[in-house]
Amino acid sequence: MRAFVEHFAFEFRTGVRNRWLLFLTYLLPLGFHLLLASVMVSGNPAFATTMIGVMAVFAVLSATVLGLPNMLVEAREAGIFRAFRVSGVPAAMVLAMPTLTTTLHLVGVWVLIAVTAVVFFDAAVPPSLAGFAAVCILTAFAYGGLGALVGVVAPGSPVAQLLIQAVYLPSLLLGDLLVPAEVLPPALRMLGGLLPAPHAMEAFRALAYRQAPLAAGAASAMALLAGGVIGLVLAVRLFAWDSQEQRRGRALVAVLALLPYMVRAFAG
Amino acid sequence: MAMAEWAIEVRGLRKAYGGVVAVSDLSFTVRPGEVFGLLGPNGAGKTTTLECLEGLRRADEGELRVLGVDPVREGNRLRALLGVQLQVSALPPTLRCDEAMRLFCAYRGVPPRFELLERLGFAGRFGVQYQSLSTGYRRRLALALALAHDPPVVILDEPTAGLDVSSRRELHSLIRELRTQGTTVLLATHDMAEAESIADRVAIMLGGTLAALGTPRELTAAAGSLTRVSVRTVNSRLAGAGYPGVVRSARTDEYFVYYSEDTGATVAAVLAHIREMGDSLVDLRVERPSLEERFLEITEGGGAG
Repeated sequence: MRAFVEHFAFEFRTGVRNRWLLFLTYLLPLGFHLLLASVMVSGNPAFATTMIGVMAVFAVLSATVLGLPNMLVEAREAGIFRAFRVSGVPAAMVLAMPTLTTTLHLVGVWVLIAVTAVVFFDAAVPPSLAGFAAVCILTAFAYGGLGALVGVVAPGSPVAQLLIQAVYLPSLLLGDLLVPAEVLPPALRMLGGLLPAPHAMEAFRALAYRQAPLAAGAASAMALLAGGVIGLVLAVRLFAWDSQEQRRGRALVAVLALLPYMVRAFAG
Repeated sequence: MAMAEWAIEVRGLRKAYGGVVAVSDLSFTVRPGEVFGLLGPNGAGKTTTLECLEGLRRADEGELRVLGVDPVREGNRLRALLGVQLQVSALPPTLRCDEAMRLFCAYRGVPPRFELLERLGFAGRFGVQYQSLSTGYRRRLALALALAHDPPVVILDEPTAGLDVSSRRELHSLIRELRTQGTTVLLATHDMAEAESIADRVAIMLGGTLAALGTPRELTAAAGSLTRVSVRTVNSRLAGAGYPGVVRSARTDEYFVYYSEDTGATVAAVLAHIREMGDSLVDLRVERPSLEERFLEITEGGGAG
């Protein structure tokens, strides 16, 4: 327990001390939120109805998909994990701690997004704040698992960058965030459905905004939960303590983490 | 747990990376309480051997034990018995020295050893982040973390690399102290003087195999090593050679240097000659071959000879 507390406390402080993580977790999502909200609300007033949910997902994407994988790859390449290993730090803790502390940081970001969206942009407050909080956490968990998995399977920074963009850009463009899913061609909609973002938005609409059937929202929430669990379990299983360990075929196994979203997308 | 006969056992170790064999048929044992030096040029396989013992690498063949524990299969037991200072490792850049001590001790289940940090020169530096530490301080921090749980076996890979003279001396004194406490130390180093002064026994590795093994005295006494007799006189009238026991001679600066296989006879003859010529002795040095010379002899000769 003492190890958990010490590790958690350190990782949480890292989110503030590390300027790059600070930028990705706080400054980028909040800056993007203020900029996008200013543009979208004037051009598309309907955006205000789910703005807080969209911005919450964007904050998750920025902190987990852009932040976590690079942090893991750099730590492995620098030999930090080797030092952890010989000191008895379990792989599960190495991966779970940044995911947990990033989620805790995101709570503050979500609150700031919600408050500024309501005060400055007249955004709709979700009728179910508990539902909103639950979907936020599930989304962070789902993308946290995916981010950890990308960091584990990427053999180095260049491949990590490619994998990050392979998750980040489709999430942003096809994930029902900036472009409504219903205007996308079916093939692109299906492609977007392989990632957590559209399921997060469906869960927000159903469980937080009460704009969709609860059953659909619950199914999407389950997909997020299952995706997060599979992502983290696979990340722990495929974890390499240093760059010399063999990692052939790991990326293929990692695709299994998308299975819950695939099932949800195809099951409709 | 019953006391193991050997603190460290390596029997028939083989490890290859792809097609490159890093270590081949390596066997040696380390006694409990012994300081054992592992020497060898770059690429000799020292670090691979240590990493197999540390559980960081899986051996392709062979049997390894640390106090009877299999490093790969019994990783958790190994962590309690072993303290490791890696040659290549790092800590998170923003981790402070005191946080590192608290974090790693928490995982070991022991109270933080801040006095160890102070002893290794961290007084007033507890709050410094890892990224702001010099190379020397980073190595000292790694050493403090390796020793924090008082392990019965310690593996140190190039512990004095990047350390200044006084820090080296402090580290050597710490290693001697560990020995008096009964701690087994396996030390990989490039520093021959270091190995000669603190190791009870040394193994020299070459091309992934064991080239020589013994006490520093045994190794330096072995094979073709000659004693060096350096003589300086007032009038520099000594002959180039011709004394008993001398195999070859040389002139360096103001010294005549004789490489002798019979030190006593050579020194007696040289002194007698000086008296006969009416010259006066200024300086006479008798130097046993160093471990470094023996090491070079082995590594340049390609084997133990």
